[in-house]
Amino acid sequence: MRPAVSALACALLVAGLAALPLFVGGYGQGVLVGLMNAVVLASAWALFSGPTKYVSLATVAFFGIGAYTVAVLTETMPFGAILAVAGAIGVAVALLVGLATLRLAGVYFVIFSFGLAELVRQIITWFETSVNRTLGRYIFIDLSATAIYWMLLALAVAVIGTRWLIERGRLGLAVHAIGDDEIVARHAGVDVTKVKLALFALSALAMTLAGAIQAPRWTYVEPSIVFNPNISFTALIMALLGGATRLWGPVFGAVPLFFFFEWLSVTMPGQFSIVLGLTFIVIVFLVPNGVLDLAEKGLRKTRGPNAGDARHV
Amino acid sequence: MNMNRRTFVGAAATAILACAAAVPPAIAQERSSVRIGYVVSQTGVNAAGATTTTIPNYELWVHDVNAAGGLRLPDGTQLPIEVVAYDDRSQTEEVVRGIERLVNQDRVDFILAPWGTGFNLAAAPLMARFGYPQIASSSIVPPIPGIHERWPGAFWLLGTAEDYAHAFAELLTTQKQAGALNGRIAMISIADGFGIELAASARKAFEEAGIEIVMDRTYPLGTQDFATLLSEAQASGADAFVAYSYPGDTFAITRQARVSGYNPPIFHTGVGTSFPIYPQMAEGGVEGVMSLGGIDVNRPEIQDYIRRHQEVIGKLPDAWASPVIYSSLQMLAQAIERRGLDREAVTQELASGRFETILGPIQLVDNAPRDLWYIGQWQGDHFVAVAPAGREGSADLVVPKPGWN
Repeated sequence: MRPAVSALACALLVAGLAALPLFVGGYGQGVLVGLMNAVVLASAWALFSGPTKYVSLATVAFFGIGAYTVAVLTETMPFGAILAVAGAIGVAVALLVGLATLRLAGVYFVIFSFGLAELVRQIITWFETSVNRTLGRYIFIDLSATAIYWMLLALAVAVIGTRWLIERGRLGLAVHAIGDDEIVARHAGVDVTKVKLALFALSALAMTLAGAIQAPRWTYVEPSIVFNPNISFTALIMALLGGATRLWGPVFGAVPLFFFFEWLSVTMPGQFSIVLGLTFIVIVFLVPNGVLDLAEKGLRKTRGPNAGDARHV
Repeated sequence: MNMNRRTFVGAAATAILACAAAVPPAIAQERSSVRIGYVVSQTGVNAAGATTTTIPNYELWVHDVNAAGGLRLPDGTQLPIEVVAYDDRSQTEEVVRGIERLVNQDRVDFILAPWGTGFNLAAAPLMARFGYPQIASSSIVPPIPGIHERWPGAFWLLGTAEDYAHAFAELLTTQKQAGALNGRIAMISIADGFGIELAASARKAFEEAGIEIVMDRTYPLGTQDFATLLSEAQASGADAFVAYSYPGDTFAITRQARVSGYNPPIFHTGVGTSFPIYPQMAEGGVEGVMSLGGIDVNRPEIQDYIRRHQEVIGKLPDAWASPVIYSSLQMLAQAIERRGLDREAVTQELASGRFETILGPIQLVDNAPRDLWYIGQWQGDHFVAVAPAGREGSADLVVPKPGWN
């Protein structure tokens, strides 16, 4: 009974979300695009970083690769084919750098991932300026905000669904073992590198597609625009706020923070960077495990010490 | 099943959150003002440029108009301006959403353009779709074939890269013929939209004018050390030096040139040279430094403008984009005065009308002005216009550039 109810609830949710743009105006549709982008990026980030506990700042590297691929290939092939190529490039880059760097641990990986975004950006800049003698590309693909939203929604469903599947299977166990103690996991027979690589590539694929899907909204693309490090920071903050180790955690972080940032740019334009930093500090100190964890603990407290058992009945 | 329960709760809560995304519609209002909105980078990488040129001039113009009783309409009545301003955080997605918000939520009458070429391009398809004129006064004309057919309501007030390159090449040719220069030039440019665009146009213009480019290098965004590039320029034998640079590197190049005593007869740097703080980069010794833009300081309207900018904003305007931005807003006000708040009519008026501005009369051709100051030079306390040389109000060029002190 329960699985059927859950499946029905999820189907209804997706159908409801898909119908939303038909009831809101143009600005509402734009908000939905931004919101769904936040959900996708935070979920994709948590897909890899949540269970493995590898903090990645490479989100924008893949996001930018996606957007740039669209800019380069626009008018040469249909949009669907461009998305496929972008996804392939994203996965290829993830595998390449993953193989080389996923053996790095802790802060070294953080620094590397931050550097990766900068590296990709500089390579593209160098290539465009010294080989093509130009910088900045135009994208004239006519896609409505609603169409972009639907694609992002499908992507969000795919990312969250993938994570759900992973958590249920053997791969989920392996991943959590890595997050708890990598050395123990290795001794227990988990092929640590392969598992990490697979997750990193999946997460990169989603990020790449998110950038590619949205690129037609911007008309003009140049490295400084699509490789904006803020994209990496906000995805990370959102996932942390909700709780990166949980399936719905990133969603619960992305939605309120997105509206919070939107409200900020309306009411306090100019203070964004300061507030972003403060939010980060507040999250790390007050809700290190995310709001979902906090809510669950609160719930358990009010229900008494045995309330936790009820969940397993 | 632990997971399923969680899945269910999560899904239900997500649905509730998603419903909150549906925003309430704007309330219809009786007209007591003209609503004007803008989304400009107040934070992020673009903030330095946007807060030096675009935002102060938007604020100054609104202040000036409202102090005079408001925007004048064709029937002679006046309505004050009500401003709706957002920050795009230097992210294109934000500028897109901000404009959607201005149009659909705030239902503003007019939208002032964002800062920079890239952001104006991101805004252009939206502004065209919603039928708003876009007066991009901090962007040169983007090199897109058929741009005016694509976005007939977009106006590019800083002219084209070719215009600047030709004006500079012409100036060099005149000096070469007068025997003041040897006709060789060293060029460096930033590997970013503006630098690439200008350098590409300059290569063509120099070649046509018979000026030999003996050094042609690009450097990446964020470069601060120019010692190597400048010593190469010094050794190249060129007596003209041009850098198509951004403010940060413009300042660094200037400091470095002064320190190493590199003082060619023509010294031309990029964006930032016309900023009021520029002379401080060489302890005030910037006499003769050239760049894009320039103003006619003897023009009373400009003197008055500089004074008001200082009074209202608390600092001096730069001498390239600032007066152009202010003029573009004067054009908008005059177009509204002639045609009312009908956006389509205002767009037509902007494209075809003739306007009185602090820079003098402006009439656009192909959505861009024809009479701009392309090259300026620091002379005394001002960055004065020196090219096109024949135009009324241009100052005489100082060649060779005096020393750095």
